[in-house]
Amino acid sequence: MTDLTALTLAEARDALKAKTFSAVELTDAYLAAMEKARVLNAYVTETPDKARDMARASDARIAAGKAGPLEGLPLGIKDLYATKGVHTQACSHILDGFEPTYESTVSANLWADGAVMLGKLNMDEFAMGSSNETSHYGSVVNPWRRNGSDVNLVPGGSSGGSAAAVAAHLCLGATATDTGGSIRQPAAFTGTAGIKPTYGRCSRWGLVAFASSLDQAGPIARDVRDAAILLKSMASVDPKDTTSVDIPVPDYEAAIGKSVKGLRIGIPREYRLDGVPAEIDALWQKGIDILREAGAEIVDISLPHTKYALPAYYIVAPAEASSNLARYDGVRYGLRVPGSDILDMYENTRAAGFGAEVKRRILIGTYVLSAGYYDAYYLRAQKVRTLIKRDFETVYAQGVDAILTPATPSAAFGIGEKADADPVEMYLNDVFTVTVNMAGLPGLAVPAGLSAEGLPLGLQLIGRPFDEETLFTLGSAIEKAVGTFSPKKWW
Amino acid sequence: MSVDTATVRRVARLARIKVTDDEAERMTNELNSILGFVGQLNEVDVAGVEPMTSVVSVKMRRRQDVVTEGEDAEAVTSNAPVSEDHFFLVPKVVE
Repeated sequence: MTDLTALTLAEARDALKAKTFSAVELTDAYLAAMEKARVLNAYVTETPDKARDMARASDARIAAGKAGPLEGLPLGIKDLYATKGVHTQACSHILDGFEPTYESTVSANLWADGAVMLGKLNMDEFAMGSSNETSHYGSVVNPWRRNGSDVNLVPGGSSGGSAAAVAAHLCLGATATDTGGSIRQPAAFTGTAGIKPTYGRCSRWGLVAFASSLDQAGPIARDVRDAAILLKSMASVDPKDTTSVDIPVPDYEAAIGKSVKGLRIGIPREYRLDGVPAEIDALWQKGIDILREAGAEIVDISLPHTKYALPAYYIVAPAEASSNLARYDGVRYGLRVPGSDILDMYENTRAAGFGAEVKRRILIGTYVLSAGYYDAYYLRAQKVRTLIKRDFETVYAQGVDAILTPATPSAAFGIGEKADADPVEMYLNDVFTVTVNMAGLPGLAVPAGLSAEGLPLGLQLIGRPFDEETLFTLGSAIEKAVGTFSPKKWW
Repeated sequence: MSVDTATVRRVARLARIKVTDDEAERMTNELNSILGFVGQLNEVDVAGVEPMTSVVSVKMRRRQDVVTEGEDAEAVTSNAPVSEDHFFLVPKVVE
C-alpha cells in the first residue's frame, strides 16, 4: 500500500468512507511517522493508546454507518488546549504535571465529529513567541531547510509544533491558536494553510488564556480545503464562552473552488514596508496577478493606522496576559516552589515557572496597568485599536470583499539566529498579521511560492467579519495557480 | 517614557515574580526597548475616540442563575501541588 500519510485530510476522509483502509491502519501510519520524526520535537506528548482506542471506535462507527464528518482522521492538538487527563501545559514549566479534568470545547467538537487524537503539540510558552524557541520543551525544528543546507530553522510560532507536524505529515491537520499571528506566521514558514477565524467564531473555553480579547482558535492544514473542513467542526457557539457568537456555521468546504469573478480585492499601500526583501514584494505581486487573472478586481486601498497596530498590540496583549497569568500561584495547579511565607512562595514559584519572554510580558503588562500609567498606555492603545478597526470598516464599506497582503516579512530563520536580538526585532515577525487580531477579523495564510533559498512563503487574505467563506474561495484560487508545497524528507 | 531598575523591581514585586539583580538590570534594558517602541502611539490623535471594549458588537448573553456544575471537590483539587481532604494547602498566613 502507498504511504497513507501522503493523503490530505479530504482524501483520507473519502478513502475511509470507501473503506479503502481502516481508521486503525491510518492512525498506525501516523504513529509510526511520529516515532521516526522525534528529532523535529513537534509533539510534547504522544498518546498512541488513546489514538488506537479512538480509531477502533471510529472503525466501529464506520461499519455501523454512523460516521461523523471527521471520522477516523488523526489530528494533533496544540498544548494550549485542555484535553481531559492528558498533558496540558501551554509548554510552560509552571503548569508542570497539569492534566485537566475537562475538555476544551473546540477539541470536544472535533472528537464529537469522529476525529482521533495523536498527541499534544509543542508551542511557544503560553503562546508568547514567533519562533517556538520559548517553549519549556525546547525548539521545534522546521521540516524545511534552505537549499543545500543542513541548518535547522524555526517553524515560526507560537503554533510551531502544529505547523511543523502538518508540514512533515505527522498528523492530517492540527489545532492552533492565534493572538497576534500565531497561526498564520508558522503556516507561512512551513508551506501550510492556516486560518485565524473571526473573533468569536470558535469557543475559547478550555484554551489556556493569553490575551482574551485577541485569542482565537483555528486550524493549520495541508491545504485550503482541509483547513475549511477542520474549521467547520471546530467552530460553534458555546454557553461557556460568552464571546462566542451565535451565527450558524456555514459549510466552508463548499466555498472551495468557487469563482472569484467580480470580487474586489484591496491592496493596502501601508503594507509596503522598507527593509522587506524584494522576494516578498514579488510574491505579493504574484498573488495580485493570480487573482486578477481569475477575474477579481484589484483596488488600491489605504489602512492609515497600520503602523500603530504592533505597538498597540504590545500594550494590550501583555496587559491582558499579566492579568490572565496571575492565576499561576503555586496553589491550585502546577509547580510550587516553597518559600518562607506565602508571598515568598508565590514569588519563587513564578520566578522558576515562567520563562524569560513570559516574565518580560507580565512585567510590561503590570507596568502599563499600574497606577498613573493606565491612561497613557492601556487606554490610549485601546483607542488606537478603535482606529485600526475603523480603517478596515471604511474599506469594507467601500465595497472591498477581502484584502491581500504578505503573511510574513521574511522566510523562516535559523534556530538561535535572533537570540541576541532586541525583543522588538522578534515582534516584527507579526507586523502583517497583528492588525487582524486587533480588529477581530478573519485571516487566512496560504502558501504561494518558495524563496530563492527554497523556503516556503505565504500570502495573507483578510476578510470581513464572519466571512471566512470568501477567504477559502480566494485561498483555493491562489492554491490552484501555485500548487501545494512539501519539504524534502531528511529526518 | 523609560523605567529604572528600581521601577522594574517594584513592578516585579507587584507581579509576584522574584528577580535577581542581574535579571532586573537586563529587564530594565528590555522593557525600555519595548516602551520606546510603543511610544510611537503618542503620535496618534485619539481625541474623541472611544476605547475599544469588544471587537464584535454583540449583546452579552445571559444564562439562568442556576448551578450548572459543581459538587466535585475531587476534580477541583486533583491538580493541586499540595492538598488535604479537598482543601488547598498554603503556607500559614494568619498568626
